[in-house]
Amino acid sequence: MAIERLTAWAVCGFARALTGARAMWKGCAPVAETRVYYGNHSSHADFVLIWAALPVSLRVRTRPVAGADYWETSRLRRWLMHEVFRAVLIDRVPSNDRVDPVARMAHALEQDDSLILFPEGTRNTTDEILLPFKSGVYHLARACPDVHFVPVWIENLNRVMPKGEIVPIPLLCTITFGTPLRLRDGEAKDDFVGRLRESLLALCPPRA
Amino acid sequence: MHEPMQLRMVFGGIFAVLLVASAVGAALRWRAPGGRVSPTIDNLNARINAWWVMVLVLAGAFWAGKPGIVTLFAFVSFMALREFVSLVYTRRGDHRALALAFFVFLPLQYVLVAMDWYGLYSILIPVYAFLFLPIFAALGNDTQRFLERSAKLSYALLICVYCVSYVPALLALRIPDGDGRLLIVWLVLVVESSDVLQYVWGKLAGRHAVAPALSPSKTWEGLIGGVASSVALGCALWWITPFTLWQAAVIALVVDSMGFLGGLVMSAIKRDRGIKDWGTMIEGHGGMLDRLDSVIFAAPIFFHVVRYWWEP
Repeated sequence: MAIERLTAWAVCGFARALTGARAMWKGCAPVAETRVYYGNHSSHADFVLIWAALPVSLRVRTRPVAGADYWETSRLRRWLMHEVFRAVLIDRVPSNDRVDPVARMAHALEQDDSLILFPEGTRNTTDEILLPFKSGVYHLARACPDVHFVPVWIENLNRVMPKGEIVPIPLLCTITFGTPLRLRDGEAKDDFVGRLRESLLALCPPRA
Repeated sequence: MHEPMQLRMVFGGIFAVLLVASAVGAALRWRAPGGRVSPTIDNLNARINAWWVMVLVLAGAFWAGKPGIVTLFAFVSFMALREFVSLVYTRRGDHRALALAFFVFLPLQYVLVAMDWYGLYSILIPVYAFLFLPIFAALGNDTQRFLERSAKLSYALLICVYCVSYVPALLALRIPDGDGRLLIVWLVLVVESSDVLQYVWGKLAGRHAVAPALSPSKTWEGLIGGVASSVALGCALWWITPFTLWQAAVIALVVDSMGFLGGLVMSAIKRDRGIKDWGTMIEGHGGMLDRLDSVIFAAPIFFHVVRYWWEP
C-alpha cells in the first residue's frame, strides 16, 4: 500500500508543480457526495489534474474512467491505473465477451465512489473547443439517476504537453468546477447530453 | 562604513517598516466597525503579509551571495514567463519554440549574467532568441496567426527574462566605492516603494485617473505623491550608493518614471487580454508580473545609467 500512496502523492505533486494547477470551485463546494466529474479531454494527464485538484479526503473516493486499450498495454500503466489511481478501465470498442462499460461505471457509483470521465471519448487535438459528447453519460445517468454530474473545465493542459511531444512546457493550468446537474424525469438523451455539454462550455474562458 | 554593515542597516530598516505596517494593519482590523473588516483592509493585510515573505526571500538570497541572487531572479523570470505565456495564444506548432524559450534561453541568459559576459547576455535575447524562436515556430509548419505568435513569444522573453536579468547584472558593475548588492537594494527599494506609495496616495487622495482606459487605480494624485515620496526615500538612502544627493534624486525620478510607465504598458496588455491580474501567486498582489512590472522597465535603464556614467 505504501508504495502506491507514495506514487499517488508524487504524481499529484509533480502535476501541480508543473502546471501550477489551481482549483476553482465556482458552482459547487468540494464535499463528499457521489459525483461524476466530467471534463474536456485533451491530454492523457487530464484525469491526473482533476484528481490532484480534489482534497485528499475526496480523492481517495474518486476513480478515473479510462480506456483499457491504452492503459492495459504495459505493466507500468496497468499497475498505475489499477493500484495507484484505482481506475475504472472500460472497453471503448464494445465487445460481447466483456462487461458493459456503463455497468462498470454504475457499479463504482453504487459503491459510493465518485468518477472522473471525459464524454468526448477521445483526446481533442482539433481546433474545436469541445468535441461532441458520446451518449454513455446518458446511459450512466439512467442507471444512477441520483448522481450529480459536475462539469470540470481544464484550461491550458493541451498546451503543456500536446500529443506526440515529450518535453512538457510549464504553463499555468486552471481547473474550474461548475454547477452540478442531474437527469430530469423523462429527459431525452440528446437534451441531457446537450445540457451537460453546454454547462461545460460555459466554464471555458474566452479564447485569445 | 563597510558594505555588509550598510546592507544590514537597510534590511533592518525594511523590517522595522514592515513591523509598523503589520501593526497598523492589525489595528485597522481590530478597530473595524462591528467586527466587519472591509475588503480593502483585508487586501492591505494580505499585501503586507506577502511583503514579509518577499523581503525574507530577498534577504535569504542576499545572504547566499551572488549565486543566490542570480538564482532568485532566474526563478522570478521563470514565474513571470509562465504567467505571460499562459495568457497568450499559442498553437501546437509553437511547442518547440516554447521549449527553447523556457529551457534554453531563460537559463542561458542567467548563466551569462553569472559569468559576467556582458557582450553576449546583452544581445542573447534581442538577437539570437528573436531569430531562432520564429525559426523553430516556422518549423512547426503552421502559418495560422504566425506573426502574432512569434512576436508575442519573443516579447514575452524580452520582458520576463531579458529585462529582469538586468537586476542581478548590477552585481558585476565595477564602481569605485560601490557595491552591486547595494545598487540592487536601492533600485528595488525605490521602485517598489514608489508602487506602494502610489497605491497609498491613490487610496487617500486619488481623484483624476491618468489613463482611465488602462487602469482606474492609477491617478495623478497617487502618481505625484507616490513618486515624490519615493524620490525622497531614494535621496535619504544616497549613502548606500555611489551617487551624490542630487544625483540620487534625478536617478530615483528616472527609475520611478520608468516604473510607472512600465506599469501602464503591462496594464494595457492585461486590459487587452481582458484580465485583472497576471496570476494568483502572491496573495493580495496578484501574480509575479503584477509585482514586477515596474522593475522590469526600470532595471535596464538604471543599469545603463550607472554603467555609462559611473563605471570608469
